[in-house]
Amino acid sequence: MPKNTEAAVTELTVNGTRRAINADADASLLSVLRDQLSLTGSHYGCGEGQCGACTVLIDGLPRRSCITKVGTVGNKQVTTIEGLEQGGRLHPLQQAFLDVGAMQCAYCTSGMIMSASALLRSNPNPSVPEIVRFMEGNVCRCGTYLRIVAAIQQAAKNNEAGR
Amino acid sequence: MSPETLNPVNHVDLEPERYELRSPSSYHFELGRREFFRILGGGIVVACVWKDASAFQQSRGESGARRGSGFDERLPQEISAWLHIGESGEVTVYTGKVEVGQNARTALTQAVAEELRVAPRDIRMVMGDTDLTPFDMGTFGSRTTPTMNPQLRRASAAALDVLMGLAADAWKADRSKLTASDGKIADPATARTLSYGELAKGKQLAQAIPAEDPLTPAPRWTVMGNSLPKVDGIEFVTGRHRYPSDINLPGMLHGKVLRPPSFGAALGSLDTHEAEAMPGVTLVHDGDFVGVAAPSVEIASRAVAAIRAEWKPGGPQPSSRELFDYLRKNPDQAAGQGGFGGRSDHQVGSMEKGLADAHQRLQQTYTVAYIAHTPLEPRAAVAQWENGKLTVWTGTQRPFGVRGELMEAFRLPQGQVRVEMPDTGSGYGGKHTGDAAVEAARLAKAAGKPVKLVWTREEEFTWAYFRPAGVIDVAGGARSDGTITAWEFHNYNSGGSGISTPYDVANQHIQFHPTQSPLRQGSYRALAATANHFARECFMDELAQAVKMDPLEFRLRNLKDERLKAVFQAAAQKFGWSESKPAAGHGFGIGGGLEKGGYVATCAEVAVDRASGRVQTVRVVTAFDCGAVVNPDHLRNQIEGANVMGIGGALFEAIEFENGRILNGRFSQYRVPRFSDVPQIEVVLLDRKDQPSAGAGESPIMGLAPAVGNAIFAATGVRLRSLPMAPNGLKAATSG
Repeated sequence: MPKNTEAAVTELTVNGTRRAINADADASLLSVLRDQLSLTGSHYGCGEGQCGACTVLIDGLPRRSCITKVGTVGNKQVTTIEGLEQGGRLHPLQQAFLDVGAMQCAYCTSGMIMSASALLRSNPNPSVPEIVRFMEGNVCRCGTYLRIVAAIQQAAKNNEAGR
Repeated sequence: MSPETLNPVNHVDLEPERYELRSPSSYHFELGRREFFRILGGGIVVACVWKDASAFQQSRGESGARRGSGFDERLPQEISAWLHIGESGEVTVYTGKVEVGQNARTALTQAVAEELRVAPRDIRMVMGDTDLTPFDMGTFGSRTTPTMNPQLRRASAAALDVLMGLAADAWKADRSKLTASDGKIADPATARTLSYGELAKGKQLAQAIPAEDPLTPAPRWTVMGNSLPKVDGIEFVTGRHRYPSDINLPGMLHGKVLRPPSFGAALGSLDTHEAEAMPGVTLVHDGDFVGVAAPSVEIASRAVAAIRAEWKPGGPQPSSRELFDYLRKNPDQAAGQGGFGGRSDHQVGSMEKGLADAHQRLQQTYTVAYIAHTPLEPRAAVAQWENGKLTVWTGTQRPFGVRGELMEAFRLPQGQVRVEMPDTGSGYGGKHTGDAAVEAARLAKAAGKPVKLVWTREEEFTWAYFRPAGVIDVAGGARSDGTITAWEFHNYNSGGSGISTPYDVANQHIQFHPTQSPLRQGSYRALAATANHFARECFMDELAQAVKMDPLEFRLRNLKDERLKAVFQAAAQKFGWSESKPAAGHGFGIGGGLEKGGYVATCAEVAVDRASGRVQTVRVVTAFDCGAVVNPDHLRNQIEGANVMGIGGALFEAIEFENGRILNGRFSQYRVPRFSDVPQIEVVLLDRKDQPSAGAGESPIMGLAPAVGNAIFAATGVRLRSLPMAPNGLKAATSG
């Protein structure tokens, strides 16, 4: 329930669909996605953009949805983990995370995959140091980092083979 | 009688440093046989009874059953697990164990698939639901693999036995000639088959079996011993899995609790008018508890911010700066327990004689800081009251313990509380208590609607509990030939796990000293074994240095335990301990030990940048033996992850506090290992198919800190004896 109706945000484009919402402009994008749109694959981890569990794409760029005010999104395209599957086919990164077993509790996994998808858009064949630098803001407390790096490399390789 | 029945999980001795646990209540499952079949439909149920199964059989007066016995009106008490084969062949397994990322769901699925001869995809695990699963004390202490795994296998073997009997009866065939695979019984003589579903159809067979029936030996495993991928992995990579904090119920409100500004502060005056006037806000003030339920997280936060509260600070409290002095000076007489079967003290031989026999004598003090578990999913709960019955979904390693907390808080009988535990966003020993569950339930009760409460990261850092800090004094002596003659070891506060030395020393005095703790503290992955191994294995290096021996050679010389020797040798060989030499500014270190049935040795290479003081762990090799390996890839994953987590506690994680406040309770202030901190990690598995499988979620962490500390010494000549060793780099560690 918005405190100030003038600042209310009523629409959001998520995973290619225009969705009706009702939120204060300064509400976090994360809480709108999770609580109003039931897109709970983006997770709360720290509330200060330090752990990456809430990562989504906004117009293709990785953004921490916990510190993104929904009022700043406007007409931009928001992509969440739920929007990666295309026609029942897993995104190459989703498949690679499964193939490599790049998870334990997997609470960080959606944020990892979203960050990595942004990386592969801008750099289809990243080196290990490039992966490490780009992914440094995403925390896996279970410590599966090496597997995540391997999964990103495998997805990059599969992408290349598919082109 | 097998070790499991002598020391079943529900009666396991609790280590003294599990400070957060109260004495567990002994609850009994009350679901009757008829009710069971009414809920599940017909079929075959097999329950595994861990306690004195022979007495159980006698009391039931059963004689006809080939295994165990049937049961009539009520299921027997002391059941650890059961499984149900439904009329369409689906297998549902019920266990009180929970999944927190250690991949127990997958490993237990393998156990059932192995003995029941059914594909893993046809098995559904119901875990940690207090209304559906048998009582379990909790998922901790690396007990799932050594206890629940064999119990589920026994139940599965018994169920297969029932199915074989049914098929033999149906065909009037010799049951010893029948075979089973992929959910079907076959008669090779006639090529007839019957699926498990066909056999279970129209039946209501219930059987209880004792916990010590024979199992398929590891060399003949076909499902166990293989790297089955995480059984529901697709749910996680698609974001479909609902963690406790993801659960949304119709009409659900969001909760927020007013926290005191410091530990020990007491509520003085309270003005809640403004918060209560907010639309949709329910305010609860009940004793010390003040909180709100509101239609959104934002409104709940605004409402709590609008509460005007005056707090009376508690008395002066020690800060992290004087922590170790405080621990030494404040023994906890009341605790007075633990370590050695209820005693805190272990002595053999004479320290005086041992030191007199030594050519080199040393004495050192090591310290470990409080650290936070920081599970990426903070504590969270959704609570719902319906017709006086409370249901709570929450992330906990002890769903039955949380049920007990809720029963106590709301004075409810057992049947009126249900706790469900969806696979949760990790725990590492940090989710043993039900704080968020009790808070959410209190708010939901007042609001008359379901309430979700997710702790903020700051709340998680402040109001959860920490790994105990500790001071460890070690003294010892060795002869010039490398024989250790004396070993004295005193641990203040951090705990008794891993406190014994695995080395063969004639004169020993080892003691755990409980103390008062400035902060709330409790279990953490491997408990105090990490602290005790750090002190012991670093001191071993110091002794080796004193007698001018290679650290590996010195260890092997004093070891009799063949399995521990084997992991030290395997790690050293893979690492190239003897053959290769570190580059300039680099150093090699080694450390290891055994705990909870796991034997670990870790070699580490560190690089120290002299200019910046930055310490980087470059390479780690861990050799591990936990008996017969159940799932090699998931075991490797645990060992890799334990090493990464271990780097945090070894090098930079520490909770800072002052006068009842946490000073660095955010991810931006408390550094956890990230991508750039991770070394190359190699894992050597010693798969001992002749040994029972032990748990592996904890003990692989123990070797990392001493290996890194010893490697820093090798690289620089600087001996660091406090965990974390280099929170701000090596310069700060050595100058301050």
